[in-house]
Amino acid sequence: MQRIGVFVCWCGSNIAATVDVEAVANALAMEPGVVISTNYQYMCSQAGQEMIQNAIREHKLTGIVVCSCSPRMHEATFRKTAQQAGLNPYMVEIANIREQCSWVHKDKLTGTEKAIILGRAAIAKVHLNAPLTAGQSPVTKRALVIGGGIAGIQTALDIADAGFEVDIVEKKPTIGGKMSQIDKTFPTLDCAACILTPKMVDVAQNEKIKIYSYSEVEAVKGFVGNFHVTIRKKARYVDETKCTGCGLCTEKCPQKKVPNEFNLGLDTRRAIYIPFAQAIPKVATIDADYCSMLKSGKCGVCSKVCTAGAIDYKQTDQLIEQEYGAIVVATGFNPISMDKFDEFAYSKSPDVVTSLEYERLMNAAGPTGGTLLRPSDKTHPHTIVFVQCVGSRCDSSEKGKSYCSKICCMYTAKHAMLTREKYPDTEVYVFYIDVRTPGKNFDEFYRRAVEDYDVHYVKGMVGKVTPENGKLKVQASDLLGGRQMHIDADMVVLAAAIEPDKSARPLATMLTASMDTNDFFTEAHPKLRPVESPTAGIFLSGACQGPKDIPETVAQAGAAASKVIGLLAKDNLTCNPCVAKSDEMMCNGCSACEKVCPYGAITYMDKEFRGPNRTTLIRRVASVNPAVCQGCGACTVACPSGAMDLQGFSNSQIMAEVDAICK
Amino acid sequence: MREMIKAKAIELLENGTVNRVLGWKAGEFFYDLTPGIFTSREEIEETFEYSVFSAANLSKYLIAESRKEGKIAVFLKPCDSYSFQQLLKEHRIWRDRVYVVGIACDGMCSMDVIRDKGITGVTAVEEDGENLKLTTLYGDKTIAKADALLERCVHCKSRKVVVFDEMIGENGEEIPDSHRFDMVEKLEAMTPEERFAFWRGELSRCIRCNACRNVCPACSCEKCVFDNDKSGIAQKAAASDFEENNFHIIRAFHVASRCTDCGECSRVCPQNIPLHLLNRKFIRDINELYGEYQAGSDMDTKPPLMNFTTDDCEPSVVYERGGKV
Repeated sequence: MQRIGVFVCWCGSNIAATVDVEAVANALAMEPGVVISTNYQYMCSQAGQEMIQNAIREHKLTGIVVCSCSPRMHEATFRKTAQQAGLNPYMVEIANIREQCSWVHKDKLTGTEKAIILGRAAIAKVHLNAPLTAGQSPVTKRALVIGGGIAGIQTALDIADAGFEVDIVEKKPTIGGKMSQIDKTFPTLDCAACILTPKMVDVAQNEKIKIYSYSEVEAVKGFVGNFHVTIRKKARYVDETKCTGCGLCTEKCPQKKVPNEFNLGLDTRRAIYIPFAQAIPKVATIDADYCSMLKSGKCGVCSKVCTAGAIDYKQTDQLIEQEYGAIVVATGFNPISMDKFDEFAYSKSPDVVTSLEYERLMNAAGPTGGTLLRPSDKTHPHTIVFVQCVGSRCDSSEKGKSYCSKICCMYTAKHAMLTREKYPDTEVYVFYIDVRTPGKNFDEFYRRAVEDYDVHYVKGMVGKVTPENGKLKVQASDLLGGRQMHIDADMVVLAAAIEPDKSARPLATMLTASMDTNDFFTEAHPKLRPVESPTAGIFLSGACQGPKDIPETVAQAGAAASKVIGLLAKDNLTCNPCVAKSDEMMCNGCSACEKVCPYGAITYMDKEFRGPNRTTLIRRVASVNPAVCQGCGACTVACPSGAMDLQGFSNSQIMAEVDAICK
Repeated sequence: MREMIKAKAIELLENGTVNRVLGWKAGEFFYDLTPGIFTSREEIEETFEYSVFSAANLSKYLIAESRKEGKIAVFLKPCDSYSFQQLLKEHRIWRDRVYVVGIACDGMCSMDVIRDKGITGVTAVEEDGENLKLTTLYGDKTIAKADALLERCVHCKSRKVVVFDEMIGENGEEIPDSHRFDMVEKLEAMTPEERFAFWRGELSRCIRCNACRNVCPACSCEKCVFDNDKSGIAQKAAASDFEENNFHIIRAFHVASRCTDCGECSRVCPQNIPLHLLNRKFIRDINELYGEYQAGSDMDTKPPLMNFTTDDCEPSVVYERGGKV
């Protein structure tokens, strides 16, 4: 029989307000095996912990139950407490009477009753607990960064700076991401390329960093410290080691009508292309969807003009296998599709553009060479209407997003200001719901647009845009003026909401990292662990975790890097001793567990067993490598014979908890 | 067929290929053929039987037999061969100690079915082309073989022996339009109340003889949970009259995606409970949710319930298919 101590925490008033802690302690004192049951205001405080330690020594406790907050919060704390008092840390059970009880109940009677039941379940489990000892597993000192935008670049640079190897996997032919498409950056208006491209070059030149461009993560196995990743390096039909990036092929390619995605389809490129002048790696890529040589075997011009002999039409996708200790997700964002926003006539008129398209139209390296021209007739626009929150802060979940995209207020102010600066004869209207400018020097920036540049900020939404006689008739409401407005605009710019990149969802599945309903990666703790995924060894950088501007992204990228460095600096990680174990006497050797094990922790061996009448039987039985097993428990449910069990969470322990609850 | 099989059994024994033969022999009655192990020509000549009543699936016996010294020959009908291959896939049978003789089969008969047709007192049965010639206490009778088939043979899914060292007779093909899910569809069309009443009617007859479990090739754990004292559910008195119902439902979950639909559970049930319908419901659901899958049809594919792909259906499929919280 265990000698169990029960410690009920008030958590100030967090628990005590809805749960009669005294009654809980008294009720649990009556449970079999409980030798002491008490309550205290803050069990996690030093005084609370000392109380537990004293009780362990004084009452020779063999197990303890702490009725407090979620085990995610303080299980580690109380395990350490117990260990310091000489008790095996795995003889500690937490009954969560805060998140699962006091916070969800209003009625004190109900709350108290439930707290007693949860405590009883934990006591039932402790009766079956056995001391466990944690092993150690080594750490692969190499990090993977998925996504080569500014977030991925900064994270990789910081990790490499600490002396660790980093690989960047970027699905596009070049790193740089969204920032490479941007013209100027708020609030200082320095040119994006001027501050980004040196970083891209740093990445390319850093000996510790390897770039897998035009590549995607195909599969992820393993666990923190020991990830095994398969990277698919897509065929670009150009030998990266030979291509000098001279660009001759991209000038001679006869296929000129390929929509240029770097300029968001505002102009065209060739079938063989280098996305932009400062691309890293500066290597051409053949677009297989448009290349006549690849499609019909006729052409071969690029191969003829290439002096380096880099063109290889027979190139195929390559699969690269690599081990990593940590993985950083930096998959970024995209503006949402404007398909569902017909009221703004986006699909009807080329003069209705998204902000990112406007960015390209303003950019010196863009399709118009930096001169602002209407896409329809290449004339200079004189009236421009900016519409904010297109798809952001939407009520109707089908059409847009419920969240604020955060960056639109500032970049729209930037666009308005730059337009007025360059073309003072242009009237600029901005329709907004609210202008949100929290950030260093952000509000000053917005005030400048309004006060110094005479941008017409109108609180209200645009109801309808109708293309008519080469103009865009904009119908809008001015909420402060209490009037309807009709503007004949030359261009309309839509501040489209941003959403996580589509690759994020399947990636999250591969990484077993959790996401919110909008497909943003969730952090381990919204306040205290903002750059870590709840899945150990997975870190978050940039807009994949939530909408962010560049300064924030870079800050988070550095934070993620520091967490990775902290992990990679360790030689060994303490393993979780709650791992699977096979009962050889029951094992059928059927391999079901081996098939479902995501970590490859299970192997089989032929083992001799004593049969009836002094005979020997050879049976195939499973054996678990405890250093590799992560205790996910998949094998225990797959095992048809019930031979597999999880230490610390055995079937009998869980049944005992259920029985205690149903008693 | 009978003579060819017996001759093959003797040949394999005498040329030293094997030291034992697993086949069928007469049980209590001539139509009650049970598995038997033969080690000599004499034994085979005297007691080896093969007839339209050789329904017993011999594959499960090989789990124990293949671990013994020497090689054993076994006769497998098409449906038995799926069970055999499924067990091979689960590493339960040592393949190199088994010599498999596949036998072509066009269906096995059941005395229960013959009796249901009003024919009783049968003392001998002879195959005569499409018909069965019956000798009864009340004179000779004839019945079309098709009318005497076991349920599982009426809805035969495959006449293909999927694994063998040699064949007797010509190997057949899979039968895609077996209509084996017709009854499952009828059950699905019922209201929950009707369905519950149907299953209560069937399962409440269960006497927990465990015959279904003992015969099932997928139920081959070293130690069955229902025999394991440590499990907390072995040898325990039923707490309510619903417990036997749970037993069958749990068993069906247990063999899901490993059940080859060999139909032995229903054949051996002394209470004539159509247990195969539970398994077929699982097979049908698996086919619908994860794509067509036939357990035991090959050695390589992963069973859908022991595999994970990103295309797997999400739990929300329950609601999409009309399930309620």
